[in-house]
Amino acid sequence: MVRLTDFDDISQDYYTSMEMPHFASTPWVTPKPIAEARVAIISTAGLQRRGDRPFSVNSADYRLLPSDTPAADLEISHISTNFDRSGFQQDHNVALPIDRLNEFAAEGIIGSVASIHYSFMGATHPDKLERAASQLAGLLKQDQVDAVLLVPI
Amino acid sequence: MGGLGHYLERDGLATASISLIRLHTEKIRPPRALWVPFELGRPLGVPHDAAFQSRVLQATLDLFAEPEGPVLVDYPEDAPGSNAGDMEGLACPIRFDTPAATDETLKMALLREIQELRPWYDLTHERRGRTTVGVTGLDIEEVARTLTSWLTLSPPSDVVNGQVPAAMLKLAVEDLKAFYFEAAAGQPQGDEIGSKQLADWFWEETSAAKLFLALRERLIPNDDPALRLFGHNSVVPRVEWARFGIDDRWWHKPSI
Repeated sequence: MVRLTDFDDISQDYYTSMEMPHFASTPWVTPKPIAEARVAIISTAGLQRRGDRPFSVNSADYRLLPSDTPAADLEISHISTNFDRSGFQQDHNVALPIDRLNEFAAEGIIGSVASIHYSFMGATHPDKLERAASQLAGLLKQDQVDAVLLVPI
Repeated sequence: MGGLGHYLERDGLATASISLIRLHTEKIRPPRALWVPFELGRPLGVPHDAAFQSRVLQATLDLFAEPEGPVLVDYPEDAPGSNAGDMEGLACPIRFDTPAATDETLKMALLREIQELRPWYDLTHERRGRTTVGVTGLDIEEVARTLTSWLTLSPPSDVVNGQVPAAMLKLAVEDLKAFYFEAAAGQPQGDEIGSKQLADWFWEETSAAKLFLALRERLIPNDDPALRLFGHNSVVPRVEWARFGIDDRWWHKPSI
């Protein structure tokens, strides 16, 4: 678990009632083979480096998480109280799999790891993230990133 | 999450999402998504299980080999230990059943609990080499004082550490909860204590939970709509409402 039917009636109602953005079509980019690709992670967990600005209601910007950020410097300032945080408290990889991705690069499963990963705060409506996402696309290309893993919380 | 997939792919980057709420991903139709049957907050499934996390990561990367999309794949493996029954017999052993003085206020009880939990919190911090407490930039006793002052006739009005009172309130709620959860993990059973057991302990036994319930009641009638919404949505998690007989479907109320 968790499937939608595993939630109680109240939470099922909440998730079913949430307004989702409408996209008329789905864009598609054919990536290079993943064994040659440079991969970045974008989280929506509201992650930040210790001392960075916490996220707040309707934050539509992102925080930088350099790939060599020590786990001890990772904080979470997501505004929602409606998800488990004890997993992230135990092991950051359960939400931001940096160590796993570095292992995949060392094993040749992926080409390389981006120099910087990023985090948004996912309680903000997706429409409001569009501008920052376009800016981020430019930064990721500058870092020669080919493929992006999008990880929710 | 799915919205970001649309935006980034449109701008020329191939994306693959992990999905926790399948219904939302079905509606948004991002280019590539792997739906995982895991608890919210654990998109890679299991803390400290590198093999499990790697299988989830590999399944997500496999989506990049799909010839066309949108594609939504179901991950076939449940996270071990995710059912409450798997944790039978494991309960958080920190108990606050020592009779307190009958005239102890909620604030006094909270500060006493923090004092009692401090050695366990310190032990977890040392074992893990990290803590998620501290996003307020305040000492935990100051976090407690900040929160309890919202129950008084003079709630906080100053900007502290760059945060307006409402923003600091939000951060303080999660900082206090993180302190309690990390302290519980310092007990001998440590990380074997599941999220459900932690939540049962926190919400059934602690003064912090009593404070959060009181905060919720105080904030919901507030004149400030941001504080009202905070009271409805951000102090007591929806999954805990049933144990307190709360059914506050604020999302159907246009006035909020």
